[in-house]
Amino acid sequence: MSDDKVVKVALIGNPNTGKTSLFNQLTGLKQKVGNYPGITVEKKLGICKLSDTIKAEVTDLPGTYSINPTSLDETLVLDTLLNEKNDSYPDLAVVIVEIENIKRNLLLFTQIKDLKIPTILVINMVDQMKRKGINIDVKQLEESLNTKIVLASARKKTGIEELKSAILDYKKLDTNPISKITDRIDKDYFTRLKDAFQEFPLYKSWLLITQNNEFDFLTEKQKELVLKFREDLECIKRYQHKETILRYQIINNVLKDSFNVDRSKATDLRGVLDRVLTHKIFGYVIFALILLFIFQGIFDWAIYPMDLIDGAFASLSSWIKTVLPPGTFTNLIAEGIIPGIGGVVIFIPQIAILFTFISILEETGYMSRVVFLMDKIMRKFGMSGKSVIPLISGTACSIPAIMASRNISNWKERLITILVIPFTTCSARLPVYAILIALIIPDKRVLGILNLQGLTMMALYLLGFTAAILSAVLLNSTLKVKGKSLFVIEMPNYKIPSIKNIFYEVVEKTKAFIFGAGKIILAISIVLWFLASNGPSKFKNAEEFVTSQQENQNLSETLLQKKVASYKLEHSYIGYMGKSIEPAIKPMGYDWKIGIALISSFAAREVFVGALATIYNVDSDSESSGTIKQRMAAEVNPDTGEKRFDFQTGVSLLLFYAFAMQCVGTLAIVKRETNSWKWPILQLVGMGLLAYISAIIAFNIFS
Amino acid sequence: MFKTIANLQIGEKAFIEKLCLENIPLKLLEMGCLPGIEVQLIQRAPMHDPLYIKVNGSHLAIRKETAEKITIVK
Repeated sequence: MSDDKVVKVALIGNPNTGKTSLFNQLTGLKQKVGNYPGITVEKKLGICKLSDTIKAEVTDLPGTYSINPTSLDETLVLDTLLNEKNDSYPDLAVVIVEIENIKRNLLLFTQIKDLKIPTILVINMVDQMKRKGINIDVKQLEESLNTKIVLASARKKTGIEELKSAILDYKKLDTNPISKITDRIDKDYFTRLKDAFQEFPLYKSWLLITQNNEFDFLTEKQKELVLKFREDLECIKRYQHKETILRYQIINNVLKDSFNVDRSKATDLRGVLDRVLTHKIFGYVIFALILLFIFQGIFDWAIYPMDLIDGAFASLSSWIKTVLPPGTFTNLIAEGIIPGIGGVVIFIPQIAILFTFISILEETGYMSRVVFLMDKIMRKFGMSGKSVIPLISGTACSIPAIMASRNISNWKERLITILVIPFTTCSARLPVYAILIALIIPDKRVLGILNLQGLTMMALYLLGFTAAILSAVLLNSTLKVKGKSLFVIEMPNYKIPSIKNIFYEVVEKTKAFIFGAGKIILAISIVLWFLASNGPSKFKNAEEFVTSQQENQNLSETLLQKKVASYKLEHSYIGYMGKSIEPAIKPMGYDWKIGIALISSFAAREVFVGALATIYNVDSDSESSGTIKQRMAAEVNPDTGEKRFDFQTGVSLLLFYAFAMQCVGTLAIVKRETNSWKWPILQLVGMGLLAYISAIIAFNIFS
Repeated sequence: MFKTIANLQIGEKAFIEKLCLENIPLKLLEMGCLPGIEVQLIQRAPMHDPLYIKVNGSHLAIRKETAEKITIVK
């Protein structure tokens, strides 16, 4: 295998051109996620076999309309194509354009071509040519664009083999720039630029000086030159505009001869659908119904696989205990690692279901209509229409949701979106809510049909969204961040979604969760297990102490075991931690035992339930909430003689879990996406204070 | 008062006038909003913002504040 020759191919194109379909057709399941050097943004890579000895390493670059980036996603394209020394620098660029928007799509092609990178042009969706009344003269177009053209339909799987053989022949491609655009803008200026950076293609030098960011791969001398050229900002701006106008002129000239559309054959399905889907009343009604259906899916359908996973990991733990010899190592696996992995896997069904829906909506083109409908409303809260998708995603998990905010080009709107996403009720809060609601809200119906417990759950969802919106308003008026950038979205044509694309999208999002949150949840689970199963001297002598006590003499073996376990927990490191924070959490109505659960759930909220199960020494083999619930309901507060989980404590806990930022995985992602510790710390402190204060108030009101 | 894209009626067409370079972001030009090109207002979102336009064969949505910067002639 190592003898194989590898051709590095970069797949580039506008959004909605079928780029992802083509990538999936080329690479199939041989995809992996890597990192771009320097920045920790996932890179989609796939391997495609070209011949017996040669394969292509295909990078699926984020969709962009131009090489001049306006969002984080788009910056990757520029960075990849400018830095010849980096690993991702391609031997060959494959630019994909869609037949219907070929004019606009070709702009990017002409820019790439001017970088003197060998370039193949793929014209996609040619199966629709006849229906749309489009005619192309490929030979003539190849000649005038000075490139190899492949006609393809990524969905119908045509043209893929032809593309592969074109990739094999990439060395024959002409790398001359498309036309002397620079001469036509200002010959003197560009001659000066050319002389300054003789080692680079002229268009590359031009890109270096027109961008705002620093390029690490340049030498000190080159950096200085770049800065000098950047001084004349007026001139750069003017020439950029001129460049774009010239490029369109060239494209128009090229297409005039080789591309024509017979408009009479076009159908107007788009117009009809648009009128309904973006209608000022029906538009919102339809969107609300779709949301309702999605949430229904997340809750009702995900329960079954989640119960299965829960049960499977519980029995795996107990099975391990029976096959491995007892000892620390077995305990580490059975009580630390396996429940830790289980705590990650349990969320996959909800995340997968949610992202299936979202990617269907994106694939059909409907999401752009939602952005269009919601933009004005969201802007009142300092966000963008594009924030809607991340906020919906947040109901599954904040981590992929925060990553989905990358396409918001206005930094302030994006930042506010990232900061408020953790308020939305993510799947990890559900088990906590479920058990607390079962404890404090009676299972009664009101008005005949509405279940009180269900209503409470709904109220908590609304509370999460309200908190998100209100904090967005607050942030919008207080944050002093520059947010100058442009909102332009394409309204793509409606399409039937491709199952293959949806599948890969869901796999990718789920992976992002597993590797983003999973690692941290697992690591903290192990640390917590250690803290709970080790402790100072009293912990070590627990067995002797408990057995020697008078009152325990007549107890059965199992009951004694449980007493020992509970005594051990009390005197473990985590027990001492719980006790040391007791004064701080007392105003909220909690004792040290709940304190342990609070500390434990810092890895991920749902650990709360498991931690309480251990604390109230519920048999860990039976995972049904009935037993945990009964134990918790029976627990008595020694100070008052009342139930430990009375109404006021329950409400206080619900509010605490609704508001507090108890997710290390999310904090890590926010740090990564904002490239600063400032924002995750703001979330941690701000949300923590809100949680603390509202829990104290609630506890005192209801007491 | 100059007429801008924001003044168009739904379904109405007009040509983009010479673009005032200081006010128009590059991205808009790159998406196909060029001087002399025909633009049609397809729809307004509820609350009259953003605007859904067809220009140069592309269907785009832009905010009203941007649309107000693009002057048109009939």
